[in-house]
Amino acid sequence: MENRQKEIDKLKDYKYGFSTDIENTKAPKGLNEDVIKFISNIKKEPQWMLDFRLKAFERFKQLKEPNWQKPKYPKIDYQDLYYYSAPKSMDDKPKSLDELDPKLLETYKKLGIPLQEQARLNGIAVDAVFDSVSVATTFREELIKQGIIFCPISEAIQNHPELVKKYLGSVIPLTDHFFATLNSAVFTDGSFVYIPEGVRCPMELSTYFRINASNTGQFERTLIVADKGSYVSYLEGCTAPMRDENQLHAANVELVALDDAEIKYSTVQNWYPGDKDGKGGIYNFVTKRGLCKGKNSKISWTQVETGSAITWKYPSCILKGDNSIGEFYSIAITNNYQKADTGTKMIHLGKNTKSKIISKGISAGFSDMTYRGLVDISSKASNSNNYTQCDSLLMGNKCGAHTVPYIKNKNSESNIAHEATTSKISEEQLHYCQQRGLSAEEAVGLIVNGFCKEVLQQLPMEFAVEAQKLVGISLEGSVG
Amino acid sequence: MKEQLQKDFDNTIKNLNLSQKDIEIKKFSLDNFINKGFPNRKEEDWKFSDLNQIIKKNIGELSFYNDYTSTNKVDTSVYVDGLEHNKIVFINGRIEKIDFDYEKKEQIEIIDQSETVNKFYNNNSLSDLNNALTNKSFKIVIKKGYQLLKPLIIYHTTNSKIWSKNINLKLDFELQEDSHLRLIDLFSDTSEKNFLNIFYNFNLKENAILKNYKVDKLENKNIKYSFNNIEQYKNTVSETFILSSGSSFFKSEINCNLKGEHSSAFVNGIFSLDNSKHHEIRTIVNHLTENTKSYQLIKSVLEDSSKAVYQGKIFVSSDAQKTDGYQLSKAILLNKDSEFNAKPELEIYADDVKCSHGSASGSLNEDSIFYLMSRGLNYNQARELLINGFLLDVVEKITDSEIRNLIKNMIGIKE
Repeated sequence: MENRQKEIDKLKDYKYGFSTDIENTKAPKGLNEDVIKFISNIKKEPQWMLDFRLKAFERFKQLKEPNWQKPKYPKIDYQDLYYYSAPKSMDDKPKSLDELDPKLLETYKKLGIPLQEQARLNGIAVDAVFDSVSVATTFREELIKQGIIFCPISEAIQNHPELVKKYLGSVIPLTDHFFATLNSAVFTDGSFVYIPEGVRCPMELSTYFRINASNTGQFERTLIVADKGSYVSYLEGCTAPMRDENQLHAANVELVALDDAEIKYSTVQNWYPGDKDGKGGIYNFVTKRGLCKGKNSKISWTQVETGSAITWKYPSCILKGDNSIGEFYSIAITNNYQKADTGTKMIHLGKNTKSKIISKGISAGFSDMTYRGLVDISSKASNSNNYTQCDSLLMGNKCGAHTVPYIKNKNSESNIAHEATTSKISEEQLHYCQQRGLSAEEAVGLIVNGFCKEVLQQLPMEFAVEAQKLVGISLEGSVG
Repeated sequence: MKEQLQKDFDNTIKNLNLSQKDIEIKKFSLDNFINKGFPNRKEEDWKFSDLNQIIKKNIGELSFYNDYTSTNKVDTSVYVDGLEHNKIVFINGRIEKIDFDYEKKEQIEIIDQSETVNKFYNNNSLSDLNNALTNKSFKIVIKKGYQLLKPLIIYHTTNSKIWSKNINLKLDFELQEDSHLRLIDLFSDTSEKNFLNIFYNFNLKENAILKNYKVDKLENKNIKYSFNNIEQYKNTVSETFILSSGSSFFKSEINCNLKGEHSSAFVNGIFSLDNSKHHEIRTIVNHLTENTKSYQLIKSVLEDSSKAVYQGKIFVSSDAQKTDGYQLSKAILLNKDSEFNAKPELEIYADDVKCSHGSASGSLNEDSIFYLMSRGLNYNQARELLINGFLLDVVEKITDSEIRNLIKNMIGIKE
């Protein structure tokens, strides 16, 4: 009884902290060629894909784990992880949702992700990824009518090899860096999106990631290709059960925008952040990179980072096409012992390229937050522009907020402007809100939401509401 | 380089009267340097300026031994006219003259520390090099309550007698309670391809005021590194101004430790570069206690294929509530080959602070040029006027009017 009460108390802090008791198929523990072959085999992958993985693994063996980041973490034993875990019921792929394991459906229902037909009215197509496999993708038929491909990447490898071959690894090459290369070797599932020429995707596409099994690293891979003149808005959400050990999440996300195409990528990251004493939680070491390959293309990243024990990622834009635009909107909140080292890279290569960075960092408790960003305007990127604004808010003197921008301008016709401020919530503001009947916590929530407004506005409607709530929840207990 | 270093080190030691223990300390520093070599871009602090490469490209092989047995003739023509001042003259790294003629003798103490080793710490290998190979070093103490009547000018002169040499200098200043020092570092070189490695330490006791102006204006082909460490206690003020313009490469580092309440640090700098010069200013201001203040303003005007780098860091410890920190860097790129890199950094552990930074770089504002031309100026005049105004902003921050005018004349900035 007592245990149950404890469990309930715990869930109050992180409502996605439950775990689903489900039978799993796992790859043998450890990282070696056999495991990679196992993954490739179970996914029935063609030879070229296996070669891709093995090549990455060869490279991985030569790479050293980076350690320049601000949040340090205990050494990860890469041999002590499972690189593949999937619900057993997925061994033979269910043809429709009716065949799907009810336990899985139940899980997603608890998470508030509508997989079932009756719940599909809200018009978002969802790809749900559970540990290492994609369990369901909704609305596929409707999308196919317009020529849009939205499916798990493991299916895309089999059904659309020409597209995958062409674009996989074109933005994040095999040889990129430690975690990205690891992902290239062992990635399990993720989403693949292709929007054909001139098509405006009629609904929001969304992937929902869930880590369930313990001792498992999640390595998903997302590839989004927007062909000429197309548009897509893509959402990503993540949760994980509460576990005492740290779990590694090292995903790769590649975006390619061709001429006149636009990709809008939004993330609400709410991995389990660890408990009040910093025990457990996800290590979120993700590589996200977008390539504005064509003329007049646009990529926009929006992220709300509230979860994870350590967040370490820099969603970037390579502005290669002339007149292309890159945007980055970020809210990162750390509380208790959470740590974040996040920001963006805007690499201007084409003429008349523009980029905008708005970053809001909030740290409370004993947490530590770093904005690290790069703006690089190359000598060929004439008439380019960047505007960067990063604001930090501190609550209490046990936490830290840091700003480390790298600014490189090699073109005399281009302009870069960077601003950053650090402050705290003023007593006057708090007093004013409390005087009008809000509790201290509500007042902080209100002020913080105001502080983040610029970024929250960028999120699609349904997400924005959720994100706003999340901002409030993440800071609970940080006042006073 | 290793054999050369060993040999030159042994020669240097021979001429000094050091105890065995001190020799050991120097040897230790030398070994450190041999291990690490010159800083390169793999080190975060040298990311934008790879000194190892720069020395290789511009100098080639360096030699580290300097024969200081014979004196150099002091060329008085380099002296600054129209401003009465005290002097310290370095020629080719040898201290030739210390002259505090305008001051009360008993208020200034000059201690020769050449015979003892006082180590100097900094986290790069250049401090090891300096510790190992400095020849003469002095400590200058300004006594309690004494305010120097005239500014002190340190002349860093090199002439064509030296070539491909490394020169290491070290000076230690102690400003006792309520004292006041105005210090100008004036670089004038007629030599080429040497590497100067200069370390200053300032210790500011309560209410002391330090004003340090570094002027590197004259065209030369030397490579320079200068490091100022400034320890600040209660109510102290330090003001540093850097004019970075003449040398092929110049990296100035300022490290301020604000240890006492109500202490404040000001760092202002101008990069005015052309050809393929490459200059850097790196500042670290550590706010270590409550109610401290720092202000930094760096402006660059870059012609041809020159490159300027500004790395500024404001650190606020969790005890340093009510900190006020500000940092602004602006650059005008006048040529398509010029380059400006900045890394303005904030590292903050206290919540009740006001810290901000800004950085902007770009071309001259065409609208402003159009405006001026529509009022009858030609293009060059308009351009000059705008650049003049852009830089004047920094010069105006110099609080000492005498020196402000001197520097204005040196740069040729009109009001």
